[in-house]
Amino acid sequence: MNFNDTPDEAKFRTEARAFLEANAKRRTPGSAPSRNVDRDDEVIKTAKAWQAKKLASGFAAITWPKEIGGRGGTPIQQIIYAQEEAQFVTPPGVFDIGLGMCIPTLVKHGSSEHAARFVKPALKGDEIWCQLFSEPVAGSDVAGIRTRAKRDGDNWVVNGQKVWTTGAHFCDFGLLLVRTDPDVSKHKGLTMFFVDMKSKGVEARPIKQVSGGAEFNEVFFTDVVIPDSQRLGKVGDGWTVALTTLMNERLAVGIATGILGVDDFLTLARSSDIDGEPAIRNGAIRDRLAQFFVEAEGLKYTRYRMWTALSRGETPGPQSSINKVVSGRMMQDLGSLAMEVMGEASLMTGEGPGGGAFQRQWLGAAGFRIAGGTDEILRNIIAERVLGLPSDVRVDKDTTFAELEAKRSKR
Amino acid sequence: MEFDFSEDQKLLKEQVARFLREKSPLTVTRRVLESAETHAAEVWSGLADLGALGVAVPEAYGGMGLGALELCVIAEEVGRSCAPVPFQSSVCLATDALVQFGSEAQKARWLPELIAGKIIGTVAVAEAGKSSPSQLATTFAADKLTGTKLPVIDGEAAGLAIVLAGGAGGATMALVELGDSGVTRRRVETLDPTRKQAEIVFKGAAAEPLGERGGGARQLQTLHERAAVLGAFEQIGGAEASLYMARDFALERYAFGRQIGSYQAIKHKLADAYIKIELARSNAYYGAMMLSSGGADLPLAAAAARVAATDAYEYASKENIQTHGGIGFTWAADPHMHYRRSRLLALSLGGATLWRNRLVTALEKRNAV
Repeated sequence: MNFNDTPDEAKFRTEARAFLEANAKRRTPGSAPSRNVDRDDEVIKTAKAWQAKKLASGFAAITWPKEIGGRGGTPIQQIIYAQEEAQFVTPPGVFDIGLGMCIPTLVKHGSSEHAARFVKPALKGDEIWCQLFSEPVAGSDVAGIRTRAKRDGDNWVVNGQKVWTTGAHFCDFGLLLVRTDPDVSKHKGLTMFFVDMKSKGVEARPIKQVSGGAEFNEVFFTDVVIPDSQRLGKVGDGWTVALTTLMNERLAVGIATGILGVDDFLTLARSSDIDGEPAIRNGAIRDRLAQFFVEAEGLKYTRYRMWTALSRGETPGPQSSINKVVSGRMMQDLGSLAMEVMGEASLMTGEGPGGGAFQRQWLGAAGFRIAGGTDEILRNIIAERVLGLPSDVRVDKDTTFAELEAKRSKR
Repeated sequence: MEFDFSEDQKLLKEQVARFLREKSPLTVTRRVLESAETHAAEVWSGLADLGALGVAVPEAYGGMGLGALELCVIAEEVGRSCAPVPFQSSVCLATDALVQFGSEAQKARWLPELIAGKIIGTVAVAEAGKSSPSQLATTFAADKLTGTKLPVIDGEAAGLAIVLAGGAGGATMALVELGDSGVTRRRVETLDPTRKQAEIVFKGAAAEPLGERGGGARQLQTLHERAAVLGAFEQIGGAEASLYMARDFALERYAFGRQIGSYQAIKHKLADAYIKIELARSNAYYGAMMLSSGGADLPLAAAAARVAATDAYEYASKENIQTHGGIGFTWAADPHMHYRRSRLLALSLGGATLWRNRLVTALEKRNAV
């Protein structure tokens, strides 16, 4: 057992590091990576320039095949690059959703013309994509969406509302899941399109989150015309297409970067008092700290196990599925305990101890536990896919969507 | 990155697993639970024949000369089968203590017999309510041991004990043959009768020091750190067995017209057990890496492995009973064997509270200000 790179991996790491050294600034230790900042025009411009640079040097789509502009590399190379990049100051990942979820879906379910037109500009950072699935009435049960597309000759006319769309206000295209037939069961009446976000009738409004930020939007569709040529997959096959996207989503959302961890808490506990005694000498604090340590280390080494499988060219085991469900709750609990240690002063955010970092983490964790699969959905997935337990009983299986809606409005 | 066991180690694991599935199913555990047998002698000698008892002992003493990683995979399978054998006492504690601290003569005298399963070893620390080295009343002077150890896990099956004795100059580990005329034993009733425990009274029993005189406390801590990693694997094996026993039952039991495994109350509980087990396994892997490489991070890694694995086994075994419902509380059903074993393994090297405190102490040391 060891943490060493193979000779090939070491060579790739050197290459990646050299690229980063030449093109980015090293992060000062202890500072968080610059994710989820306000995405104003200037930031988007910087991000696009950085993406173009990455593409030119072969680090933009490491695992994609060469034919579509990728490097033709391995998953472990992707991970090595990410490890290295995390040590540098780089613009926020505004392309993660497009390249991680939308474009792979387009390549898999679209035509060769689609791929020829859209892959390159997305890779280069010229065009940014977003995902338009969730709706106010359909979150975990995303197949329950209401946004309706009606056929009109060679076009479709779309009306409805999407929600939790990351970056809708600066995106160029969006992957759009709509209902095309309400008179069949809910999964069967869906169809996938992509839409030009500058189309007439598309309006994005930011959602202010509990954490104060506004990274997400609600997007309204009013008589938006979409040509049938922008359909991905067959009419009524939208759910199958959506699953491709969602499978990629869980991989993307699973890793919380730049959060405060056990070491930060230890530092805090050493410099704070509880009832006149150093907090770190308090038995209850030590007990909780040990528990956090075990969870944080457990997640770290679970990742190492996954990387080992990838390094060996094997398929990683299902254990990676625990990552988000453990880290979300840990972020939240660690934040709350840290505030307890800091005392009343931690009720202040800006002027509070530590500049309010633990407070921000505590607020943000409430959303992290929901985004990209709630704690509850993730437990279901572990129970069903890993342990082989039956899926939940579905009372809406043999009912048309229209009937479900009628029932709902009667209540 | 090679953060996993090798192909050879996985083959060894499967070989031991196959042996235990065949020779030590839960019916054998139950046999020892319900009888006066101290352990399943045929399982123990079978493990000895496989070389499992001396896998990490140098070849010069009859061992296989492999390492801690091989011992980890065996421990996991012993835990999974809930085998009624003194694996932790004899292999992970007594044998390892001899390898770590024994003189050349002591190793040559005892290791071959321990490895062959001809004699069972144990480590005796607790004296009724006391187990901190500074509190021990047992004395060791002029090669004579006097005092009472209670309880001693596998103390009835053992022929050889490493006894921690107190004293003004600090605690000392004393090696004593339990056949000595100065030794008397009495079985005590315990929570896990599949590993019988005893009170052992020493009245001037002949003994010799193991390792440094006065260095017993330090040696015990090292020994416990090493055993904590191995014990974590044993706990993980037991936790997985409990989880899958619950899963199987949840698939076959119907209530309110459905398999109970289709209710989220059951699904989420079992998903939580899975999560705890994977966290424990990942911590235990790092512990194994530190143990096998002699890494300086062992105290922290061992504590983390133990804390996580104790939690996983405790949770999985208690929720296994809960998932079974009423039948799970019957003597005739199997879940309680793991419930009992989880307690034995949780306490045998000191409880989770003690190890959480040790973990933070080690962390403070690593992150020295």
